[in-house]
Amino acid sequence: MRAARYGHVRMSGELSGQVAIVTGGASGIGAASAALLADAGATVVVADVNAAKDGAGRFVKHDATAEDSWQALLADVLVREGRLDIMVNNAGISGGTGSVESTDVETWQHVQMVNSEGVFLGCKHAIQGMKRTGPGKPRSKGSIVNISSVAGLQAGAGSIAYTASKGAVRLLSKSVALYCAERKYDIRCNSVHPGGVDTPIFDLLWQMVGREQGKAFLDARHPIGRMAEPRELGEVVLWLASDRSSFVTGAEIAADGGITTGLMRRQPFVSPR
Amino acid sequence: MSRLADKVVLVSGGASGIGAATARLVVREGGKAVLADRDEAKGRALAGELGDGAHFVALDVTDEAAWNKAVAATVEKFGGLHGLLNAAGVGVRNSIEDCTLAEYRRVNDINGLGTFLGCKASIPAMKQSAMTHVGGGSIVNISSVLGLRGASYAMAYCASKGAVRLLTKHVALHCAQMKYNIRCNSVHPGYIDTPMIAPRLDQPVGNMSGRQWLEELHPIGRLGRADEVAAMILFLLSDESSFSTGSEFVCDGGLTA
Ligand SMILES: NC(=O)c1ccc[n+]([C@@H]2O[C@H](COP(=O)([O-])OP(=O)(O)OC[C@H]3O[C@@H](n4cnc5c(N)ncnc54)[C@H](O)[C@@H]3O)[C@@H](O)[C@H]2O)c1
Ligand SMILES: NC(=O)c1ccc[n+]([C@@H]2O[C@H](COP(=O)([O-])OP(=O)(O)OC[C@H]3O[C@@H](n4cnc5c(N)ncnc54)[C@H](O)[C@@H]3O)[C@@H](O)[C@H]2O)c1
Repeated sequence: MRAARYGHVRMSGELSGQVAIVTGGASGIGAASAALLADAGATVVVADVNAAKDGAGRFVKHDATAEDSWQALLADVLVREGRLDIMVNNAGISGGTGSVESTDVETWQHVQMVNSEGVFLGCKHAIQGMKRTGPGKPRSKGSIVNISSVAGLQAGAGSIAYTASKGAVRLLSKSVALYCAERKYDIRCNSVHPGGVDTPIFDLLWQMVGREQGKAFLDARHPIGRMAEPRELGEVVLWLASDRSSFVTGAEIAADGGITTGLMRRQPFVSPR
Repeated sequence: MSRLADKVVLVSGGASGIGAATARLVVREGGKAVLADRDEAKGRALAGELGDGAHFVALDVTDEAAWNKAVAATVEKFGGLHGLLNAAGVGVRNSIEDCTLAEYRRVNDINGLGTFLGCKASIPAMKQSAMTHVGGGSIVNISSVLGLRGASYAMAYCASKGAVRLLTKHVALHCAQMKYNIRCNSVHPGYIDTPMIAPRLDQPVGNMSGRQWLEELHPIGRLGRADEVAAMILFLLSDESSFSTGSEFVCDGGLTA
């Protein structure tokens, strides 16, 4: 009865028969996306390094940075669910607040591994999964949704390693989209660029500056006057995952309360160092 | 000709192509150029040809210690550091299906990590030089039109150039907030006739030669020349561009128009 909880009228079963993987689906935007995909009738596999507390879908322990973990995940899904239609590459880390001066190579590489290599591997393995979707589905077909960030559109929010990794996701999504289009795979690929979303990704920051104060600061940075709730991003993911967006590929979808729309007064959140 | 009088510019990838053309121009405009490249033979030869205004240092851009040494050698040789051009890079053809994780990482390490490390290693010395030089410091990072648009055959490359495009903005904002008097911009060339794309020129595409196919991709009807990109970079290195920072400078014969 999640649909009722979210107060939306949705054609039930719009995605019935379809199978979705959501990486990082145990928390935040991923968990909200998994819930909405499930509400729409999809069979959802939540792939995360951390176990899901509650929420929709079958949980599979998965490390997005490890190729063998991807092989195991896809093999498992193709055996258990029999096909793959929707891939949401959402697993990601903020990587702290390091600047160009304070970031070390290790931190840089760690953030690239999760946010950039993880999405690369997710696209690569998803395409294989979507290509052989089994009986009753002769052609490949699918939708890949990669979660970038406003930090993939403009800098200023987050660390140098994070903004670089999200820039990589933004562009690699276009390469994937064009490749699949050229091959006539009927697999679409888009990037989503959320503004501030109230999720546990900010836990560390809240610890540093206090949740009340931190949230007030971030709320005020959005022209809309507030951060997003995870389900508001889930809605964007659901739309891109479904055939409702069938002509949308290689696009950058910002859902950011207007943050990248106008001129912005830049205030360092934590002292820039 | 002294648009860069007294400025010292460190050029990664200075042995070839766009980096080499920029080093030439820097010296011609009265500046000093330090060519930093992993290709020692070509780098030394060009530095020799350019004379007193140039110097060569061996550098692998993925090695932080080597970057620190290159910056120290620059300051020791020419007494400061005002400009940095991150031009070292590799162009690799691969798609989402045939690119391996190792190859993805290699390309992103050279183009992405290498550019980050160049900025990181140079800022302390540049900051110092900016105190006594009104114009301050300027960092120019070479991204690509493939940091603006996608290409099916350049998956890892697109990712790496997207990273460069965005990290450039971070560096610009950071230096502005810290009041370092250092600017940072990205340059996005179309296809430029350098050794990087030479292999593609001979590969036919359909019934066209590779060269013709690439030429006709550009509305201007030809490939770019390294010196045309160098001219844009020179503007960004010089004080003429003193109000530009965090921006994307496109040099592509109309390709993304
Ligand atoms: N919250 C925001 O304001 C915001 C803004 C822009 C973009 N994003 C992006 O949205 C995505 C989701 O973020 P969120 O805010 O929901 O964060 P979150 O921390 O609530 O959730 C991220 C999830 O990813 C998982 N994860 C981390 N590393 C993993 C790995 N190697 N393999 C598998 N799973 C892994 C975590 O366990 C966690 O469950 C991230 O890519 C993030 O960068 C978030
Ligand atoms: N030529 C083009 O069409 C084109 C288009 C857009 C962007 N670019 C970019 O412009 C930059 C310069 O390219 P170019 O066309 O002059 O290529 P080039 O191959 O002529 O020169 C690149 C130089 O970088 C050096 N290099 C490579 N890896 C290195 C490493 N790890 N450490 C140190 N040096 C290294 C090479 O030795 C070479 O001298 C690159 O970043 C490239 O991606 C080129």
